[in-house]
Amino acid sequence: MKRFIARRLMQGVVLLFMVATIVFFLGRLTGNPVDLMLPEDATAEDRAQLTQTLGLDGPLSEQFLIFIGKALHGDLGTSIRMKQPAAEAFFDRLPNTLLLIPWALLLGMMLGIPLGVVAALNRGGWLDRAAGTVAVLGVAMPSFWLGVLLIFVFSVELGWLPSSRMGGPQHYILPVITLGTFLVAGFMRITRSAMLEVMESEFVKLARIKGLSETTVIWKHCLRNALIPVLTLWGVFVGNLITGAIVTETVFAWPGIGRLTYEAVIYRDFPLLQAVIILKSILILSINLGVDILYAYVDPRIRLA
Amino acid sequence: MAIIERPSSVGRQRWSLWRAMVWPRREAAPRRTARVPWIPIVIISVIVVMAIFAPLLAPHSPIDQTLRDKLLPPAWMLGGKDKYLLGTDAFGRDILSRLIYGARVSLIVALLALTVGGGVGLAIGIVAGYVGGAVDSILMRLVDAAFTFPAILFALLLAVTMGQGLGTLVIAISLLLWATFARVIRGEVLALRQRDFVALAKVRGCSSLRIMATHILPNVLNTFMVLVTLNIGVVIIAEATLSFLGAGIPPPTPTWGLMISEGRGRIAEAWWVALIPGIAITLLVLSVNLFGDWLRDRLDPRLRQL
Repeated sequence: MKRFIARRLMQGVVLLFMVATIVFFLGRLTGNPVDLMLPEDATAEDRAQLTQTLGLDGPLSEQFLIFIGKALHGDLGTSIRMKQPAAEAFFDRLPNTLLLIPWALLLGMMLGIPLGVVAALNRGGWLDRAAGTVAVLGVAMPSFWLGVLLIFVFSVELGWLPSSRMGGPQHYILPVITLGTFLVAGFMRITRSAMLEVMESEFVKLARIKGLSETTVIWKHCLRNALIPVLTLWGVFVGNLITGAIVTETVFAWPGIGRLTYEAVIYRDFPLLQAVIILKSILILSINLGVDILYAYVDPRIRLA
Repeated sequence: MAIIERPSSVGRQRWSLWRAMVWPRREAAPRRTARVPWIPIVIISVIVVMAIFAPLLAPHSPIDQTLRDKLLPPAWMLGGKDKYLLGTDAFGRDILSRLIYGARVSLIVALLALTVGGGVGLAIGIVAGYVGGAVDSILMRLVDAAFTFPAILFALLLAVTMGQGLGTLVIAISLLLWATFARVIRGEVLALRQRDFVALAKVRGCSSLRIMATHILPNVLNTFMVLVTLNIGVVIIAEATLSFLGAGIPPPTPTWGLMISEGRGRIAEAWWVALIPGIAITLLVLSVNLFGDWLRDRLDPRLRQL
């Protein structure tokens, strides 16, 4: 187990290094990154000063080392627009996003898993087809449009729910639905195929031969085992949620890291975007690592693979 | 064993033991022969025709502003004008015309991104699968990395550093696609490599490159086509999302994502500006996905688990 964790940790570090490298070189792709890092009305003096602090007068390899060194010390540059260290801006906003994500994940599972079970039990029947339609529709609707549609129906027409910003529990409903909808389809598909696979296995046949009731077989034998592959996808889904939050938070003016990403893009705040990408990568990689360790703990076969 | 293989439609099961052994019964339910999805095909054709003949079909310019006619509702609503069938936006531009021109952007981006991203994925998949060894493991590590890492972040970064435009958009979306293609194609190639015709080609002295190009490639084209179809929807959504976030084709070129983005602030007074393009996206993606599912069942049912 320790070796497994060590190996995954190493992979994570390598991946993170790759991300940092790509971010660094993309910043230099268009020539002088100082142009990307300073506001348009910056003076020549500002430019010279920043060039020196970033070590841009040295060779590229040296610049890269400075960049990595600073990043390791937690210095990811200063946001142009907010005049605040970019990492600080990120961590200020992070809690707001973390308040949103668990609910969306919960919504996805609460709807997706039962739908998947029902679809698998009624394979080929109308319930299966109905669940399939939900899944296909959930994938076809762009989530930002779904958010706008929900605002139109529930805030504008019915006036039931607030359309933007954070606040009491009612502020969570629309963003959570927007963020969670595409997960419903994902959870449903995976649960369905995992259930179908487990239902064909020998131990389920044995359980039936033993004369156990259908309910016991389905819930205790099938679903428990079908949930293992569903859990592995948590990592992927949380990654999706973190990127999905960009759109959702933009639509609902939710002050989280998603909205921060959007602001970095529209205001062309390169240092902020660079920091956001690196920090989000760390977040996503650690969640994936956590899920992998959990999974290896639940299913020992994984450790050997 | 013979009992289990016996079709369960023969003689309804009487005992629970027997029932347990022939389980799952639904397995034997007659598989519906997939019908040709006519409705999706019609919708796709209409949108493709719209895109190709946009200048002929659009009743107005998609860009020229007529401020006098701003925020007019669709023609069937109170206050709508007949000459603007789907209403106008905040600059008095005709929604229908923008929708028609917007289809062009969606389809062109889909075509280019699938060619580039799909092509790169195809090549990597074939090389990884055929050459194997260290090359394979390095390439597959990259694929794994691409899967963990959200490509949309890189897409946003590209838009900021390289500037918005068709090229940036195509590269960004290709980044999103190649890994899926590479992984699936590699799986196919691993199986193909074991086949006799590959061994024969080797005996005849064909070079690896030649085997990959003339023996392996034609055999994975079906799978490739299915992947392309199944990913059109992904590309269209990605393009719309990037446009919505201000990282797509820059205005004033009409794109569906941009139209939604421009309209969402005025959703209370003019819902049609934001909601109509979304209906178009949903319809197109839905049709393409249904068509893709059908094509997959026809050409390559093994890809079902995708």
